Amino acid sequence: MEILMSFLIGIIFMSATYLMLSKSLLRIIVGTGLLSHGVHLLLLTMGGLKKGAAPLLGQHAEAYTDPLPQALILTAIVIAFGITALFLVVAYRTYQELGSDNMELMRGKEGNE
Amino acid sequence: MNSLITLPLLIPFFTAIILVFFAKNIPVQRWISTIGSISTIIAAVFLAITVYTDGIQTMNLGNWEAPFGITLVSDMTSILLVLTTSLIAFVCLLYSFRSIGKEREEFYYYPSFFFLVLGVNGAFTTGDIFNLFVFFEVMLMASYVLLVLGGTKIQLRETIKYLLVNIISSGLFVMGVAYLYSVVGTLNMAHISLRLHEMGQSGIVTVIAVLFLIVFGIKGALFPLYFWLPGAYYAPPAPVMAMFGALLTKVGIYSIARTYTLFFTQDVGYTHGLLEILAIFTIILGAIGAIAYSDVKKIIIYNIIVAVGVILFGVATFTPESLTGSVFYLIHDMIIKAALFLLIGIIIKVAGTSNLKEMGGLIHRYPGLGWTFFIAALALSGIPPLSGFMGKILIVRAGIDAGNYWGSGIVLLSSLFVLFSVMKIFINGFWGEAREYKQQEKVPVKWLLTAPVILTICAVLYGLGTEALYPIISTAAETLSNPEIYINAVLKE
Repeated sequence: MEILMSFLIGIIFMSATYLMLSKSLLRIIVGTGLLSHGVHLLLLTMGGLKKGAAPLLGQHAEAYTDPLPQALILTAIVIAFGITALFLVVAYRTYQELGSDNMELMRGKEGNE
Repeated sequence: MNSLITLPLLIPFFTAIILVFFAKNIPVQRWISTIGSISTIIAAVFLAITVYTDGIQTMNLGNWEAPFGITLVSDMTSILLVLTTSLIAFVCLLYSFRSIGKEREEFYYYPSFFFLVLGVNGAFTTGDIFNLFVFFEVMLMASYVLLVLGGTKIQLRETIKYLLVNIISSGLFVMGVAYLYSVVGTLNMAHISLRLHEMGQSGIVTVIAVLFLIVFGIKGALFPLYFWLPGAYYAPPAPVMAMFGALLTKVGIYSIARTYTLFFTQDVGYTHGLLEILAIFTIILGAIGAIAYSDVKKIIIYNIIVAVGVILFGVATFTPESLTGSVFYLIHDMIIKAALFLLIGIIIKVAGTSNLKEMGGLIHRYPGLGWTFFIAALALSGIPPLSGFMGKILIVRAGIDAGNYWGSGIVLLSSLFVLFSVMKIFINGFWGEAREYKQQEKVPVKWLLTAPVILTICAVLYGLGTEALYPIISTAAETLSNPEIYINAVLKE
């Protein structure tokens, strides 16, 4: 199962890298979204995918899944969410102000206004 | 009282929260932020005294035993950096009062400022690798807002790039934590160190070490990963630039120093060798940038990169002496970079341009500014009675003792280029005939000048008081060069 997940995460990282290298700003943001998905799945996979009950004490199971990676992912998800929201708003403002979403045109020389 | 550790975190945190409620009332905001900033300094001083007298302070949050909860650890290195951060924050705040402008102040400038201080202080104090990630994000989120606040075209453009680079490096950081967790099964830094030492040398640990080097190298602007820094630091106004230049990259350097002295000490030949090569290239590239430009901001920005290289060269040499030198140089560099950015902020304000070729003769009108800049420039390049000397001499001597003549030679030579680059500002900007500036009136700079003058005085005292500071800083380096002290303090066996 871990092997399968590793391949999946590898494909996600591949797509994310490809998208982040493109010219359009929105594609780049989609790429960052994919990157954080990949990273979160990686955290889950690296914690181990052994069989066990959901980490709720009410389940009275023999074995539970590792609760720590889930907490880490939850933290990382909200952080990624906050940053993506900011990124989208900054991208919107940039489109309004600069009138372009093409990263090639956003080069700019020294402090030109 | 062990809970003293939390004060340099809690005071900026609550100050920021209170400030959110007084967004439109600028005088109240200024008073609250002054009080918050001064009490952070006082708390840091008390904590520093406690750490000096009683040794490393640790605090388990929520009374959970060490590897299971989050531990805050304040050893000499981290408390010295927290103290320097609080001081720089206070001085930049004084400068902001006079220069940042009403429209920025009304839109949550001060809350973002204090969240930045919270993130930096937290990153220096934490003893948990994932908590370090969270404090990095606190710091970065505040820095995005400070960078884009004001919304001019150049700020928007550079914020996009800065955001993208930092999202990628944060993604890599989480990857690094995930790999490390699957190898050692713990997140507490002392416990990770213990487990890695028990495991002994293995290939995967070296791979993770290099991944962490990439992550913190992006944050700290190490050689192939510094490309984002010149543009991003060019955009914001002077006090924000000073905060960024003094604090943000230094957190990356501190993290490299921490992980490379605490975790990855098994295969030193490879990891520290790689760090050494990258540090030397960082110095060379930074020096090339510093002498290439005739724009005052760019010159100081490339000087950050040179200093990053010098400090990491000391970490890579990895002897007690070189680590002492690195800590010395790190604190010096934080103070002096903040002072220089604030000074060039004033220079740009009075000259109306950041291009050296359009300046000249400023010393006739602004002698105080000129001589402060002169002293700060000498301190930056490490002229003996001033602050930059001791750190660099220790780093170079340790490098020569370790047989690395080339590296040490480049560190020495870099001082020359750094001196040349800042003297270029002094000679072209301050000497010569007075030019016609846009403002015919003399711009009042007395108030603005107090902030960099305070920092320059600190730098001079730091240089003169080397004898008194040496035992403190060698204690700091001792904890870095000897992980057992840190592990025993946290895990209390």
